[in-house]
Amino acid sequence: MSNADKNQTSGDIGQVARITGPVVVAEHMRGARMYDIVRVGDTKLMGEIIKLVEDTATIQVYEETSGLMVGEPVERTGAPLTVELGPGLLSSVFDGIQRPLALLAERSGSFIGRGVSVRPLDEEASWQFTPVAHVGEEVFAGKVLGTVPEGPLQHKIMVPPVHGAAGTIATLAPAGSYHINDVIATLSDGTELTMTQRWPVREGRPYLRKLDPSKPFVTGMRVLDTLFPIALGGNAIIPGGFGTGKTVTQQSLAKWADVDIIVYVGCGERGNEMTEVLSEFPQLEDPRSGKPLMDRTILVANTSNMPVAAREASIYVGITLAEYYRDMGYNVAMMADSTSRWGEALREVSGRLEEMPGEEGYPAYLATRLAAFYERCGLVKPLGASDDDEVEGSVTMVGAVSPAGGDLSEPMTQNSLRVTGAFWALDTDLAHQRHFPAISWTKSYTLFLGQVSKWFADVVARDWTNVRDDAMAILQKEIELQEIVQLVGPDALPESEKGTLEVARMIREDFLQQFAFDAVDAYCPIEKQYALLQVITTFGEEMQKALERGVLLSSVLALPARREIAEIKTTPHEEALKRCKSLLAEIRRDVSQLEVM
Amino acid sequence: MCARFAAPLTTTRYSTLDSVAGPLIIVRGVSDAAYDETVEITMPDGTQRTGQVLEVEGDNAVVQVYEGTSGIDVDVTAVRFMGEVARIGVSQELLGRVLDGAGRPIDGGKEIMPDERRDINGAPINPVQRDEPSDFIETGVSAIDGLNTLVRGQKLPIFTASGLPANELAALIVRQARVLSGEEFAIVFAAMGITNREAAYFIQSFEESGALDRVVLFRNLADDPTVERILTPRCALTVAEYLAFSCDMQVLVVLSDMTNYCEALREISTAREEVPGRRGYPGYLYTDLSTIYERAGRIKGSQGSITQLPIVSMPDDDITHPIPDLTGYITEGQIVLSRALHRRGLFPPVDALPCLSRLMNAGIGPEKTREDHSAVANQLYSAYARGAELRRLVAIIGEDALSEVDRSYLHFAARFEERFIAQGATGRTIEETLDLGWELLTLLPVDELKRVRDFIDTYYPKDVAEAERAKEEERESEMTKEEAAAEKLRQNREHAARATDEILSPEAQTIVNRGI
Repeated sequence: MSNADKNQTSGDIGQVARITGPVVVAEHMRGARMYDIVRVGDTKLMGEIIKLVEDTATIQVYEETSGLMVGEPVERTGAPLTVELGPGLLSSVFDGIQRPLALLAERSGSFIGRGVSVRPLDEEASWQFTPVAHVGEEVFAGKVLGTVPEGPLQHKIMVPPVHGAAGTIATLAPAGSYHINDVIATLSDGTELTMTQRWPVREGRPYLRKLDPSKPFVTGMRVLDTLFPIALGGNAIIPGGFGTGKTVTQQSLAKWADVDIIVYVGCGERGNEMTEVLSEFPQLEDPRSGKPLMDRTILVANTSNMPVAAREASIYVGITLAEYYRDMGYNVAMMADSTSRWGEALREVSGRLEEMPGEEGYPAYLATRLAAFYERCGLVKPLGASDDDEVEGSVTMVGAVSPAGGDLSEPMTQNSLRVTGAFWALDTDLAHQRHFPAISWTKSYTLFLGQVSKWFADVVARDWTNVRDDAMAILQKEIELQEIVQLVGPDALPESEKGTLEVARMIREDFLQQFAFDAVDAYCPIEKQYALLQVITTFGEEMQKALERGVLLSSVLALPARREIAEIKTTPHEEALKRCKSLLAEIRRDVSQLEVM
Repeated sequence: MCARFAAPLTTTRYSTLDSVAGPLIIVRGVSDAAYDETVEITMPDGTQRTGQVLEVEGDNAVVQVYEGTSGIDVDVTAVRFMGEVARIGVSQELLGRVLDGAGRPIDGGKEIMPDERRDINGAPINPVQRDEPSDFIETGVSAIDGLNTLVRGQKLPIFTASGLPANELAALIVRQARVLSGEEFAIVFAAMGITNREAAYFIQSFEESGALDRVVLFRNLADDPTVERILTPRCALTVAEYLAFSCDMQVLVVLSDMTNYCEALREISTAREEVPGRRGYPGYLYTDLSTIYERAGRIKGSQGSITQLPIVSMPDDDITHPIPDLTGYITEGQIVLSRALHRRGLFPPVDALPCLSRLMNAGIGPEKTREDHSAVANQLYSAYARGAELRRLVAIIGEDALSEVDRSYLHFAARFEERFIAQGATGRTIEETLDLGWELLTLLPVDELKRVRDFIDTYYPKDVAEAERAKEEERESEMTKEEAAAEKLRQNREHAARATDEILSPEAQTIVNRGI
């Protein structure tokens, strides 16, 4: 990676002493620091120091180590793994160590070669800079110097949050077109600032303070927004066995989530899935800006057959990119698919280090690493903001978990549960019934309900919480009734309970099921979600009233309203809202007019 | 042509074997060993074996010997490091040839002149250079074409268990697979640890369909060296990559059986005393498997494709066993075989519910298959799932307690298995498959067909529906009322017994046996 070459401060050369897969031990490394980047061997493979004992360093190598020999040189760079941050990140596709894959393809063809270093950002691209600060102004870390338009938003050029980057602006470039290497500002102490900065990936970027999240992270998926919402700045995990739809769910979130920027990390997953994202996103339109979705997306793709150590690094690269845009005051969502592959990479490297294994062979520090990682999410006041402005930025994270054998008691799921705020459990049985999204309403939960329900009450409807709770109660009741039906058959149930089963079925089929590939149904606005659920629960209430009067269940079910409800989800937004409104009145009128036979 | 190659002049011969353990040997005093490189071992009797460096530490090298370590001694055996990772010579001449598990011709044919010698480990395909798999492959098997469509460039494993006819299904697919453009597939077949009988079956099947000259066969049988199996899929895929991406051919790779491959991996891992992961398999099993499965796909700028059909045996019929589990997380779906269906004599015994093809949506629809394909598949699936769930209920409360609609689902599920799934060894075109799907859907009330509503006017076979109903009535009128009642009772009992057997948990069985 180019930064490593540039920051080379030490000429000390170590020597390879042992090679076992992606782990290399080097001698004569006294003075090297933990997590520093090194270049291993004659082919200059990129690696990172993960253990130091006297003058030997253990290195995890981000590239394939075949052909490496004992005695080959190990060069130090004196710098940890960093990412380059600046205009041009959006719509890029990087590998796990921020090498742009398109440039790699130009250099080494369709297959990924070794020892290739490519700069993450394009040096040739020119950006239209507009200054915001002025000469003589006192600036500090995080302060915005100017902006450049990038994709659908204004990319803010900030004073980097590193030691010593503060002072008075001595010179500031006038509005105009610049390359990323051009100096756009100098401080009074002579520090030169360009449009880019670097940040070590394993360290969270600083912010002024964390805020308590209160707005929901709107996804357009009914089961998530209505039943298990999370807050902007919150985090959730999606565990599920293979074939339950983790990736489709993650991709739907990436497409429709109501945020400014998406960072999608394909961590140890399928190559063809990344291809799908790559071919689909440029064609889909962002409902907010009208531009291609790809313009607001950064992809980090480290497929399962790419080197395992780079897979471990990839989610740190992803979250650092997310934090950078958060610091500009944007809402960023990061999708990590799948965090289990990251955990396995950790386990694999730990195994090669011959560390004492913890549960199921995972290293004992798995929980600590996970916690530190998920804590990098949040709603914050950025460094450059002040108390009187309203600038806030957030990183929301949704991590997929692929539990071995679909068994949720495994360490990755359990440790993730302890540090995340919502659990969106994918269910194999639902997937087999082709109930998609296969998110279980019995196993899932969210801890953000209290924080976001006020927003729903203020923005969507006063009784939003009631309608949601009613629906949950009906679904819960259905499970109890199903147990009885399993033993004695449906005929033994009283009419009112049969009615409850029917309403529960409507909630499942007409509300919870959502077709990700349907043009209208793929994204369901929050108002429509509420209106649709309200119609269904009202139908249920009116039905129960009628049944009490002695009306037959079959005559309630024969009403045309029931079929019309089923069509709401594929009806375009405006029209659907109108239909829901008239349906409410219709249902109240028709059901009460049903005659007792 | 083989994984071995002429030794460079400068390599040194070492006779400094330190120890031999399982499939591994440790050589001391080595100055020029590179990680992963190929090693040539000269046995005390002069014969030669091949190996690979697994670890180098200082002047020690750990080497795995592909042909096994029996007969290796510490004093006389000599080792030469070849300065190169394992390679295989690739050429179109390989088509029609039989090679051993390490890529050496064993059919006594003429020598192969390789166009190129390639590293068998390959390199990961750059994700931005991948082309989206979207060409429908017609396999002639309804359970696959109709419900879990295979597309060119996909990796779709068959999950099987001991005694189930996975090989027959794989052979059937290989024989019938064709794409709309009519191009023929070149087949790369990697036999890993399968029996001689199984291998002979495949060869015979290729012969019968006249495909033998389009097949490259890698043969590592059950009695061949275990460790050699580590090479077999890699050699096979290197040849496949050459044929697909350098010669623009459509390649179908059959890997049978991946479970044997994983066992070999475990053997080496254990011999190295590595920290074991689940069930003793190494912690890097996922990564290792992915370097095999991810070699399927299409590449921009090339006409060719690699489609993989790995066969994975589920030990003890357990789909959560690490091998099928990790496979399922890498591959784009799975075809699962069921012992229950096999016992009933149905072929292919595909258990539709846990099957999946992730790339199905890319390969179906107007111009590829038919506009109603996705809707019909969804409807068949959900109806069959409902029928299967009702069976559980019937086992406890009997069929009579069900509503009429529920009974139609039960009936549907049975006919679906007997007719749609169990097609025997014949092929069906995609039109036949979909039409049959519609025919079966007529067994359900039209109101229930929510997912195909848009296509009912065009495809619903009205005359078939009427004929079916008439037939049913006729049948019923033939029986006297008592006979019908007795027949029904018998059917119910039989069904309940079968369902109880297959589906119920032990607790539920006790309840049933107690007669509640």
